[in-house]
Amino acid sequence: MADARPSQPYPGVVLAAPVTVPYRRYSHQPAHWWIGCALRALREVSGLEPADIDGFCVSSFTLLPDTAVGLTQHVGLSPRWLDHIPMGGASGVVALRRAARAVQCGDARVVACVAGDTNQVNSFRSMLTSFSRFSQDASFPYGGGGPNGSFALLTRAYMDTYGTTRETFGRLCVAQRQNALAVPFAMMTRPLTLDEYLDARVIAEPLHLFDCVMPCAGAEGFLVMSEDDAKAQGLPYARILSTIERHNAFPEDPIQLRGGWVLDRDALWSQAGVTPAAVDLVQTYDDYPVISVMQLEDLGFCGKGEFNDFAAEQTFTNDGTLPHNTSGGQLSTGQAGAAGGYIGLVDALRQLTGQPIGNPVPDAKVGLVSGFGMINFDRGVCTAAALLAAA
Amino acid sequence: MPPPARSRAGLAFSAWAARGEFRLQVCGDCGTTSYPPRDVCPNCWSSRLEWQPAAPTGRLLADTVLHTSTNVYFRERMPWRVGTVEHESGVALLAHIHSDVPTPAQGGQPVRLTVRTDKSGQGVIVALPVEDTPHMNDEKQLRELSASVRHRRVLITDVRTDFGQALALKVREAGASRVFAGVAEPWKPFPGRDALATADHIEQVSLDVTQGDSVLELAGAIGGKTDILINTASHVRPGSTVGRNGLTAAKDEMETNYFGLLRLLQFFGPAMQGRAADGDNNAVCWVNLLSIYALSNWPAYATTSASHAAALSLAQGARADFQPSGIKVLNVFHGPLESEWYQPVSPPKVTPAKLARVVVDALEAGLEEKVVGDIAQDVMARWQENPAVLERELTQDGGAL
Repeated sequence: MADARPSQPYPGVVLAAPVTVPYRRYSHQPAHWWIGCALRALREVSGLEPADIDGFCVSSFTLLPDTAVGLTQHVGLSPRWLDHIPMGGASGVVALRRAARAVQCGDARVVACVAGDTNQVNSFRSMLTSFSRFSQDASFPYGGGGPNGSFALLTRAYMDTYGTTRETFGRLCVAQRQNALAVPFAMMTRPLTLDEYLDARVIAEPLHLFDCVMPCAGAEGFLVMSEDDAKAQGLPYARILSTIERHNAFPEDPIQLRGGWVLDRDALWSQAGVTPAAVDLVQTYDDYPVISVMQLEDLGFCGKGEFNDFAAEQTFTNDGTLPHNTSGGQLSTGQAGAAGGYIGLVDALRQLTGQPIGNPVPDAKVGLVSGFGMINFDRGVCTAAALLAAA
Repeated sequence: MPPPARSRAGLAFSAWAARGEFRLQVCGDCGTTSYPPRDVCPNCWSSRLEWQPAAPTGRLLADTVLHTSTNVYFRERMPWRVGTVEHESGVALLAHIHSDVPTPAQGGQPVRLTVRTDKSGQGVIVALPVEDTPHMNDEKQLRELSASVRHRRVLITDVRTDFGQALALKVREAGASRVFAGVAEPWKPFPGRDALATADHIEQVSLDVTQGDSVLELAGAIGGKTDILINTASHVRPGSTVGRNGLTAAKDEMETNYFGLLRLLQFFGPAMQGRAADGDNNAVCWVNLLSIYALSNWPAYATTSASHAAALSLAQGARADFQPSGIKVLNVFHGPLESEWYQPVSPPKVTPAKLARVVVDALEAGLEEKVVGDIAQDVMARWQENPAVLERELTQDGGAL
């Protein structure tokens, strides 16, 4: 087969109405409650009624035994377009891709994209034990470390191969914490110093406490619709410049040192017609800082293995250079299950539409959102990214 | 308990691991090796995946020492070392990493790969140093994945035979801290008794597995001190089904080989289950010595075969019962033994020394199944290939394979 044809742009399709249901460390409410609260927030923000929503896209780990199907009846939606995206940290960007095509092609007029999860005292453990067949057969029996164990190995390999230092990872974490301090529902409420980061207790060498996300409950959502409908509804919106998605890239690599972005980044930048220098804010999927570094390198912000030097020149804070994970990311705000795959996209939308929860990124015009999801066995399988622009 | 859930293909990996065989799936169409266990080849989508012996070599690419776990079993055994290994075939796998394996440098650290069953009874991969290191079997993680007799107390249920005696001496030589040597009707002398009596840390105890009171009494005395139980009690008589008058011999066989095992399970099982997580020298394993003809009847020893088939079935039930506690059941299958009741049978036959060595090694390797001797291995191979054909083979020429 010849090379893939270039994907089409998204003229006249926008995203609007960023909503976050404030996170909580633990919740006795089920995922349905959190997703329902996100829908209610979308209604309040947009002024649209349930009958106006004819497309519905859901991501959640803790919704079982339900899927998006059961939710339609639960929340009283009768959509003519429905999707359920089980891609963890890539869910937000992939939901946007799917929903944008549905609106563009007329399969739906307004799509509500929602991700939400509860966090009951035992839900993280029970999710791990049944996460995937490969992890059940070949990963979880090896110490039951869950993502901490998997990312410890990836971090170790990355540090050994590219010389990325703990200080560099720490710079990202410290900057994100600063961004999180203005977010009222962030799990982490105190500033973090580089020394505190470096001296924190060991979780799984080389990972220490502040390399690891704190699981929590929460929900995130946004609407995808036509530009005309957004204007008519009086909603601030952002445009979609380009998007990419890839699964199970480089299966021959014995350990993950790169992700699918490497295959698709040229298409991402060329379709958008911008370069990394034009980006005003970046949201990476950050369950562990090594993955943020991998995304920034693989998307072309610096060369592979050059992040130590690159990071030394950036503040990564909202008021500085290359603002990164502008609401604190998962590392400081918390990982609300599949909503962790939405947090960057929703906050980019807030920043690009001038309605940030925390500190604003001044004059934000172009935002990059990257997603990474699902340690099915030994590596993350799903990668995605989207370039968004202020209207 | 380590996480026990496995897919059906994952159970096949475990079944090989329980025999000490490290096998990976190789595609019967394109030859691609794959892991984790799959149903379809990731290269050509063939479903003809065959479990082939895998090279025991690879390179450790990255390691970590876990200090936290969501799993209670591992939480209590932290820190725990695991790592990513690139197998010789190119597939990536996760493994438990022995502490004597050096930290991987650029290009990876060569390792020797082996398989074990963990406390949940499922197969896992262990990376060992390429060359043996001093006391490597005593390392915490490897010991957790074995049932070594070292520093443990072992009950051998019957030492009246050469086999029981060889086992008692071998187990002690291999480092057992104490051996309880069962003797039925101890007032009756038997050859070899003096040699046992003069050996250090071998204590003769009164045990007749055909008598419930006897088993109960001994379990009350030492059940809580038994870390490994090796059931050597056996009653064997040649004879076919229709060629023998009456039920006496068959009943005696069942009384020892089947009901004897059941009595032992009922009285020693609970005490061993209760001590399965009791520190480093915990209760770990139950060993059954079974005739390979438990799998398919040998007409020349028809009733003996039947009693061993019953015992094998019971052992499977016991394995399921013990699984939640982490106690392993090791079935050692043997062919004709070098003993008086197999006297008419032609060689090769299994000697006491050979059987004792195999049992001790199988415990060290944490196996759940071991086949000892040429005849038993031959029967097992035929049984695995086609049990119905084996049955027909055993009816020819009086079953002389």
